Amino acid sequence: MSAVSSEPTLSLKGIHKSFGPVHVLRDVDFEAHAGQVTALVGDNGAGKSTLVKCIGGIHPVDSGEIRYNGESVTIGSPREAASLGIEIVYQDLALCDNLDIVGNMFLGRESKRGVVLDDEQMEQMAQRTLTSLSVRTVRSVRQPVASLSGGQRQTVAIAKAVLWNSKVVILDEPTAALGVAQTAQVLELVRRLADTGLAVILISHNMNDVFAVSDRIAALYLGTTAAQVKTSEVTHSQVVELITTGGSDSLGRKDS
Amino acid sequence: MGTLTTASASDDRTAAGPPASPLTSYLRDYWARVRSGEIGSLPAVAGLLALSTVFEILRPKLFLTKANIANLFTQGAGVTIIAMGLVFVLIIGEIDLSAGFTAGLCATVMTLLMTKEPGLPLPHGNSWYVGVPAALVTGMLAGALIGWIVSKVAVPSFVVTLAAYLAFQGVILMLLGEGNIVRISDPNILRLENTSLDPAVGWILYVLVVLAYAAVRILKVRRRAHSGLASEPPTLTAIRIGSLAVLLGVLVFVLNMERSLNPARSLKGVPVIVPVIGALLLLWTFVLNRTAYGRHLYAVGGNREAARRAGIDVTKVRISAFVICSLMAAVGGIILASRANSVDANTGGSDILLKSVGAAVIGGASLFGGRGRALDAVLGGAVIAVIDNGMGSLGWASGTKLVFTGIVLLLAAGVDALSRKRAAAGS
Repeated sequence: MSAVSSEPTLSLKGIHKSFGPVHVLRDVDFEAHAGQVTALVGDNGAGKSTLVKCIGGIHPVDSGEIRYNGESVTIGSPREAASLGIEIVYQDLALCDNLDIVGNMFLGRESKRGVVLDDEQMEQMAQRTLTSLSVRTVRSVRQPVASLSGGQRQTVAIAKAVLWNSKVVILDEPTAALGVAQTAQVLELVRRLADTGLAVILISHNMNDVFAVSDRIAALYLGTTAAQVKTSEVTHSQVVELITTGGSDSLGRKDS
Repeated sequence: MGTLTTASASDDRTAAGPPASPLTSYLRDYWARVRSGEIGSLPAVAGLLALSTVFEILRPKLFLTKANIANLFTQGAGVTIIAMGLVFVLIIGEIDLSAGFTAGLCATVMTLLMTKEPGLPLPHGNSWYVGVPAALVTGMLAGALIGWIVSKVAVPSFVVTLAAYLAFQGVILMLLGEGNIVRISDPNILRLENTSLDPAVGWILYVLVVLAYAAVRILKVRRRAHSGLASEPPTLTAIRIGSLAVLLGVLVFVLNMERSLNPARSLKGVPVIVPVIGALLLLWTFVLNRTAYGRHLYAVGGNREAARRAGIDVTKVRISAFVICSLMAAVGGIILASRANSVDANTGGSDILLKSVGAAVIGGASLFGGRGRALDAVLGGAVIAVIDNGMGSLGWASGTKLVFTGIVLLLAAGVDALSRKRAAAGS
């Protein structure tokens, strides 16, 4: 798609992270650009989740530099990540079934007039966000989340993430539990997020999804960066090789 | 969802608006929600009507009399108010089995502080404005302790409150001494359950309540329209306001009729306890529906992990639910004491707790957490009061009464479980 913009929105350099004796991330480099979908791929245990949790402020990094919009930052808590404009949509979504869509989207950050909830404003903002994402699968924002399908839940979780003028949205396996039609809908939504100028990071095991929506691919192998490449410049089998062996022909560990 | 364009989205939303009549589509939506397991207060209202009809048919001249209707309120008040507090604990998916004896303990503290008799463990002879706050503070401390153990030490609430059930009962015995009954002589406390409002005051309150309700409803519709949001059809607003006006009107009218059997002593008017319950209902409904705190309570009950990730202090919310529960138990205890004119070791004991939990669940609060309203306690409390009172007027043996009450509780819990299953299957 579009050319790589000069400065990545989020860039990580030489990230190290250990849990006790286990060295989970070793010298990891990672970049995400505005307006692009960056797929983060890697086998189980490659360190994808840990990397994401470092970006999301759940785990502090041991060493390495995180640059956000060109400035060096430290992310000490999920709150700090959110205030920078980094939102994570977790695989298990974490929605409250008994609350409606508006209640879920604003949970913990409700708009108020004095002590009273400003339901009108929240409903308007929720509706505007869904409309801006061209979401037409949801009948009413006053529906309880319990009544939604898997794809609709994913949509609500994503909409919740972009509601707050976020700049970086990280999606953890958003299509893992979905059927064919709903997967297509969610992938369209992921593409639209990037088209509105967000830096989208997509974690996925599914190569079809990765090639369908991503602009760039970052592969992790045993806790290190195997490669960061443009999706248009690699083939399906090359990416699989990167994931399973950490290198592929000219691509790979040392010369990316 | 064929294209990636964003242009026509908003047009699509409005074009798919309500068909022909907004009222029928509203009713259809409501029915769809009922079918998918969101039954709300339907079982309680249906149960109330069915039970009243059955009792009236079985004992024509005894059940639906003026005196008995007034009785229902004073009889059910204590349980209703304790149930209102239990709703908070049920919403976060916990239980408080000690609420009954918390009520008893708080009532005992109040009574001992206020009694004129010397020789009991607490300083005696204080007025109500010492006794009542002391009872409320006792309740809040009990709730804070239970809540802290449940959410910080992570002992299941079932066990913690079962222990508190025994311990509080013991504390009451230690305070009162074995077999002691302490009378209440303070007129302010006795007034709560034993007097009625002047009929004129009843009507004035009635007008104020209906006007306030209408104002709130109309303002809400206006604000939504102003923000460009879909709101309920005006007919529905009118029906809501109208039915409240009629229901409360009939109630005030009936309660304002002379119900004394003794021609020498007039007895009429709305029992004082009715506006007390009404005020508490308003307060807690506001807290649950219109504040961020209320929403966080539901969130913690619906998905604790989601609430935690949303930045809600889950521990604090959980402790606060127990504090509110025990605070309301204290209020309920004062009411129970006012009705009995005294406290003894069994105040708040016996079946008070089961009836209170039953009231909340019959009204529509869920034992599985995430669902419950203050109104549920009032509706369920009414059902419990009708059952109690109706069985009394039928002259059933206490064995039969217990079995029947047990069946009703089981039915309510069954409806709760089934509606939950239905909701889970629907998604």
